[in-house]
Amino acid sequence: MAEVNEVKELVVNMGPQHPATHGVLRLVLQLDGETVVKCTPHVGYLHRGIEKLGENMTYLSALPLTDRLDYIASMSNNVGYVVAVEKLFGIEAPERAKFIRTMVAEMSRISSHIIWLGTHALDIGAMTPFLYAFREREWILDLFEMLCGARLTVSYPRIGGVRNDVTQEFLDSLYRFAEEFPKRIEEYETLIDKNRIWLKRTKGIGIISKEEAINWGLTGATLRGSGVPYDVRKYAPYDAYDKVEFDIPIGENGDVYDRYRVRMAEMRQANRILKQCIEKLPEGPIMAPDAPKFTLPPKDRVLKDMESLIHHFVLITKGPMAAPEGEIYVATEVPKGELGFYFVSDGTGRPYRMRVRAPSFVHASVLPRLCEGGLVADVIANIGTIDIVLGECDR
Amino acid sequence: MSIFETIIQPDTFDVLIKIGIILLKIVIVVAAAMLHVMYATYFERKSIGHMQVRLGPMEVGPHGVLQPIADGVKLFFKEDIIPADADKPVFYIAPVISLVAALSSLSVIPFFKGFVIANINIGLLFILAMSSLGAYGIIISGWASNSKYSFLGGLRSSAQVISYEIAMGLSLVGVMMMAGSLNISDIVNAQAAYPLRVYAIPQMLGFFVFMVAGIAETNRAPFDLPEAESELVAGYFVEYSGIRFAMFYLSEYIGMIVISLIAVVCFLGGWSGPFDIPYVPFAWLLLKVYFFIFFYYWIRATLPRYRYDQLMSLGWKLLIPLALLNIVITGIAKLML
Repeated sequence: MAEVNEVKELVVNMGPQHPATHGVLRLVLQLDGETVVKCTPHVGYLHRGIEKLGENMTYLSALPLTDRLDYIASMSNNVGYVVAVEKLFGIEAPERAKFIRTMVAEMSRISSHIIWLGTHALDIGAMTPFLYAFREREWILDLFEMLCGARLTVSYPRIGGVRNDVTQEFLDSLYRFAEEFPKRIEEYETLIDKNRIWLKRTKGIGIISKEEAINWGLTGATLRGSGVPYDVRKYAPYDAYDKVEFDIPIGENGDVYDRYRVRMAEMRQANRILKQCIEKLPEGPIMAPDAPKFTLPPKDRVLKDMESLIHHFVLITKGPMAAPEGEIYVATEVPKGELGFYFVSDGTGRPYRMRVRAPSFVHASVLPRLCEGGLVADVIANIGTIDIVLGECDR
Repeated sequence: MSIFETIIQPDTFDVLIKIGIILLKIVIVVAAAMLHVMYATYFERKSIGHMQVRLGPMEVGPHGVLQPIADGVKLFFKEDIIPADADKPVFYIAPVISLVAALSSLSVIPFFKGFVIANINIGLLFILAMSSLGAYGIIISGWASNSKYSFLGGLRSSAQVISYEIAMGLSLVGVMMMAGSLNISDIVNAQAAYPLRVYAIPQMLGFFVFMVAGIAETNRAPFDLPEAESELVAGYFVEYSGIRFAMFYLSEYIGMIVISLIAVVCFLGGWSGPFDIPYVPFAWLLLKVYFFIFFYYWIRATLPRYRYDQLMSLGWKLLIPLALLNIVITGIAKLML
């Protein structure tokens, strides 16, 4: 009478709407009890076709799209994009602009790592670091607002420089932040660094060896946690990274805890860079001399100055001066890892192909490797530790 | 004899008066418990809020004091959604079991000298039985929702109950041995002979085990695995809404109060204190209970969550041996003295 059912694994659909999947990541987990037998990540729920959109826009107008890649560190994406486009055009931003861009990129690194810390700790069950972390993120966002008026989607850097100069008031506030921030990091660490439960939940979880990490194409802190000292800022310095001092923190075991330590150390290094940028900030222009050909002139000059009006008109209709034909791949170090922009130029004002190498996408692919064989609770720790943002992953 | 004449017979009348008094006591205790639960949520949100550099509820009433009332009203009028494939009778009854089990534990606890609804000789055993029964509510709600997340939550809960019930029961054995009784009023009275009028000092080990197991028993952080928000969304009550959800919520908080009450009456001398506070005989008890409740919140704001298997190994490999050791030590001490 009663049917004998085959014993099957429980298939759980984690996400795309789940409090711990950091956006719209969907994992299909096959569970044997609480052990994960198979984990299949599904991406694409936040696909907006940013690469394709970029092909239909001028180099100038595609900049705000990059805000929407990794939306919690939009400044880093902007910097990555303008560095790539500048290299394609063969122009060089002035020193002051380079320092400012380094500075804002590091600010956005701190703000991104703060969010990572907060959400990662929240996923593992520590509630308070999340709220402490948001207190400091709020501070950074206020600083961004002071700098350029926007808090989240900043679009502050420009091809050949930055949008506007920094004020002394901003530098002072930033310096106060840089003075205060190490104390705040210590505050987070008192809560979790040596906490027994935290250690139990993170040590020996999601281990990935050096060789494997390289083979999977991991970059950023996720790679450095495994002990590979690879950082684009050191290996192919862009902007002012060759003029500031900083260390590359690395881990040993490549587990969740090591990656946590690496990111905490990176925040300290970013803070160190911030201070140096403020101290070393040179005087001078913030736009390259041939900038009018790449970037919109200020509105008041458009209204009064004939040449600016012409530049404005040409920039809007044709796009920046035709890029030289060819292709280029430029990588920058964003908080999540190595963000690469690959342009194929056919000699017009729009890219023939714009490809974004998003670290989150690569990192999401390593999830099955990290999760299989672990428990459901470890899946959550692993999602947190690879620090993905789905906006960047799906593009 | 008419009904009236039966009633005014001296014996019957006494019985009726007794029943009336018991009913009155029940009403008082349940009403007081509900009120305390309402304001325990407010206290939690405020205290955790201030620990986390924010304010907590501020909108409803001055400093948000009316927030619990607003929440209660909201939960009453929320739509009651039942999943299509749910096992309906079981789905209905699960929150009731949880709440009844939690509430009935209150009946054997003496709130002050002479005030206890049922002064029975197996009081402590009754509480342990009721708290185990409460776990049924969680397990069957996880099953009846027909949702994978709640199912996992229910499974976790059953495993947790098995591991922690034992440690909790064993940790109280030392108290029973010292007091020589299971009647809670007797336990409180027996403590008067000890320093500070508490068992917490001679029964240090048992007290520690009881506190840890008690947190696990009430599914609070860091042992809130059955409802681990970031893993199982909300665990066993993920499909519940409206008043049924409120019943689970109530039973969790009453469970917390009950565990705090047991800790107070078994280890901290119940209603007795260093000096008597006139007119409010339950003042010391309340103070001590709220100290424990605050302790719960404090832990919640501080600690990350244990993993399921780590929780099991903590229970079996640390707490149960410690509780057994405590029994041995208490036994030897009893023999020697």
